[in-house]
Amino acid sequence: MSLLKLTSPHLHKRISTSGVMAQIMLATAPGVVALVWFFGWGVVFNLVLAIFFCLLFESVALALRKRPVLSTLLDGSACVTALLLALAIPPCAEWWLIACGSFFAIVVAKHLYGGLGFNPFNPAMVAYVVLLISFPVEMIQWVKPVTGTQTHLLFSEAFTHAFGGATNLDAFTSATPLDAMKHRGELELSVLVAQHDAFINRVFAGTAWEWINGGFLLGGLFLLYQRIFTWHAPVGMLAAILILSTVFYRGGGVDSSGSPLFHLFSGATMLGAFFIITDPVTSASSNKGRFVYGISIGILIFVIRIWGNYADAVAFSVLLMNFAAPFIDYYTVPRAWGHEKAQVVSVKK
Amino acid sequence: MSRVFDFRGGVHPPENKIQSTTEAIGRIPLARELVLPLNQHIGNSARALVEPGHKVLKGQLIASAQSGLSANIHASTSGVVKSVEERIANHPSGMATLSIVLEPDNKDVWMALQECPDPFALTSAEIIKAIHNAGIAGMGGAGFPTAIKLGGQNLTTLILNAAECEPYITADDMLMREQSEEIVLGALLIANALSIKKILIGIEDNKPEAIAALSRTIGKSDNRGTRVELAVVPTKYPSGGEKQLIKLLTGLEVPAGKLPSTLGIVLQNVATTRAVWRATRFGEPLVSRVTTITGRSLSRQRNVELPLGTPVSHLLNQHGFNAEDNVRVIIGGPMMGYTIDNLSVPVTKTTNCVLAPSKQELSASMNEKSCIRCGMCADVCPVRLLPQQLFWYSKARDHDKAKAYHLLDCIECGACSYVCPSDIPLVQYFRAAKGSIKTEVKEKQKSDRARTRFEARKQRLQAVEAEIAARRAARKSQASRNVSDSVDNVDLEP
Repeated sequence: MSLLKLTSPHLHKRISTSGVMAQIMLATAPGVVALVWFFGWGVVFNLVLAIFFCLLFESVALALRKRPVLSTLLDGSACVTALLLALAIPPCAEWWLIACGSFFAIVVAKHLYGGLGFNPFNPAMVAYVVLLISFPVEMIQWVKPVTGTQTHLLFSEAFTHAFGGATNLDAFTSATPLDAMKHRGELELSVLVAQHDAFINRVFAGTAWEWINGGFLLGGLFLLYQRIFTWHAPVGMLAAILILSTVFYRGGGVDSSGSPLFHLFSGATMLGAFFIITDPVTSASSNKGRFVYGISIGILIFVIRIWGNYADAVAFSVLLMNFAAPFIDYYTVPRAWGHEKAQVVSVKK
Repeated sequence: MSRVFDFRGGVHPPENKIQSTTEAIGRIPLARELVLPLNQHIGNSARALVEPGHKVLKGQLIASAQSGLSANIHASTSGVVKSVEERIANHPSGMATLSIVLEPDNKDVWMALQECPDPFALTSAEIIKAIHNAGIAGMGGAGFPTAIKLGGQNLTTLILNAAECEPYITADDMLMREQSEEIVLGALLIANALSIKKILIGIEDNKPEAIAALSRTIGKSDNRGTRVELAVVPTKYPSGGEKQLIKLLTGLEVPAGKLPSTLGIVLQNVATTRAVWRATRFGEPLVSRVTTITGRSLSRQRNVELPLGTPVSHLLNQHGFNAEDNVRVIIGGPMMGYTIDNLSVPVTKTTNCVLAPSKQELSASMNEKSCIRCGMCADVCPVRLLPQQLFWYSKARDHDKAKAYHLLDCIECGACSYVCPSDIPLVQYFRAAKGSIKTEVKEKQKSDRARTRFEARKQRLQAVEAEIAARRAARKSQASRNVSDSVDNVDLEP
């Protein structure tokens, strides 16, 4: 018998990075189902293509960096990045758009900075912003959500579009509720909601999006229950949006910026709150810090949605606050046991 | 029942305490030899008083405490001193330490003990003297000489640490079930000696039998004017940590870098107070202790009262140890215990558990992966540190930054490593960094001393030189004055 020389603790909780990633992927299910329900095959193609390209780039990058490929692929982090990217870009996106995004997410935003755990910016959001700025036309072509008697793009049509670009999607696309809101000109909000496609069959926010956001909210609550992350960042962000949109709500008039419910359940709010800003690598690290981080992102999202040039702003807000995370960390260290003040004790050289 | 507070953080590992509590505390036959290291306590080693060939009786003083922090050592059975030599210590380092090796005569004859019918009649100095003579050192694991701990001033509260929060360990639990009276009497005696009016017994709620036994004892014993309260705390690791238990029981935080005595609090482990009672009432020195022997590579798991110095191998063999199904033997619990690579090491005053898990029972060595900054470590840290920041700085050997993030306040409880999804051995990094910091401090002290010495020497030489120069100058001026004097004299002479 040979005895191992190990240091304490000898006991470990049965939890692993890959387990965490698997739960996150599982938790996106309700949102994904809602997306597929309303946008059809295009969402599935996005997912398949993004997962394929992300895993491909991850393998290549790992091989080039001489890191173990298979065991690292199995940690699931590349898969989660792929998933978030696929859900963020318009359904039925062409393959090269997704390939481009995957490259930026995995190679540029992640591996050039040192791989998992070392990237200062959220890879999926970096890719999204790169695509949005480089290919604005492709990135705002959201197919119309299917409601009532309409039908989805056929599998073959979606396939042709994703791989050949032959099908002209114009006939199938329409503005998202946030787009419609942003570009309504002098129209009164109540009139817009009554007339615009983006608001038919809605319950309280915008067609399809209230369900999609509801799905992600459900998944997020599951992750919270599973203690994959703490409540601090999501609650901070949602509270900031809720408060600001309540303060600036002007009913159905011309200058109204939409109801609080509309802002909470439109665009990428819930996806952002529970799946993007909760990315631990790029956020602040203490609970207090994460609360501040969430609030700041919520404020930025609302400010850009209302006064900025873009209809939605989750990606920009997240990237801006990724910058600020170390700064927030510095000022939000918890008070260590038996110390009077919460602070980093500067050491005199 | 006393009010209970909470501390932030902590974890709930599987308790695994049932398997060793099915039997009463037992005994095993004496080993062929007993090994008594001279430093079973924190502080200076005791000095051996015996030589090979000496016959000793059980309880006889065989090594005496040295000045400062130190404790006596007594023969744990009757027999012959075989040798006084270096033996592998029961210590994470696995280094050898000077030990007295005893060959039992298997008669186990006590020396004449001086009983005291009423220890409460003794003066405080007499009680502390008796504790010192009995060689008692903290039996919860730290091994701090008890007599010295009780030398503190202005103490108001005695906390009896009965939490036993480490998984697997049940030595205190079983002792409380069987010997609650001696435990409480020992605590009362200490309180009496230090004029403490309040005793709080902190115990986790996973020990209902022990709680019942203690409350029965408290209810019927004459508490001699001391308030004795039982504080049942929720089971959470590490509630038995000194600072954590103080917070749980009093709501107070011991200031960083200070001792509990700053708050007027002194802590004692239950096994220690029992030893205090045995020492004062029956004159028995500390020659045995209750140790949990557990783990699935054994056919029998229980608690045994062992003479100090019993080799771990003997203890394992008496419990059906299956070496084939075991890759490590841990002294202490799975959260803070250490592995030994030589099974001949002895059970000492601080050995509360010997854990021999089967291969499946505790996960084998793990593959460290990248930190994903998930922050679970910070959530469970009972000291409210940021283990992931400490990890970056420890790994990068940025000791200044690590200190700035309070590395030195880490209690190495292992909660962070326990929850880490990337299997990073955080505590190991922290220990290494602390070790380097300690070395750095020592080196700095050394170089500081050298510099001071050098500068003092330089000054001394300069002073000598200055003195010589001054003397020379004085002589010179004296000489010139003498000359001028003589000239003057000449001038002045009429």
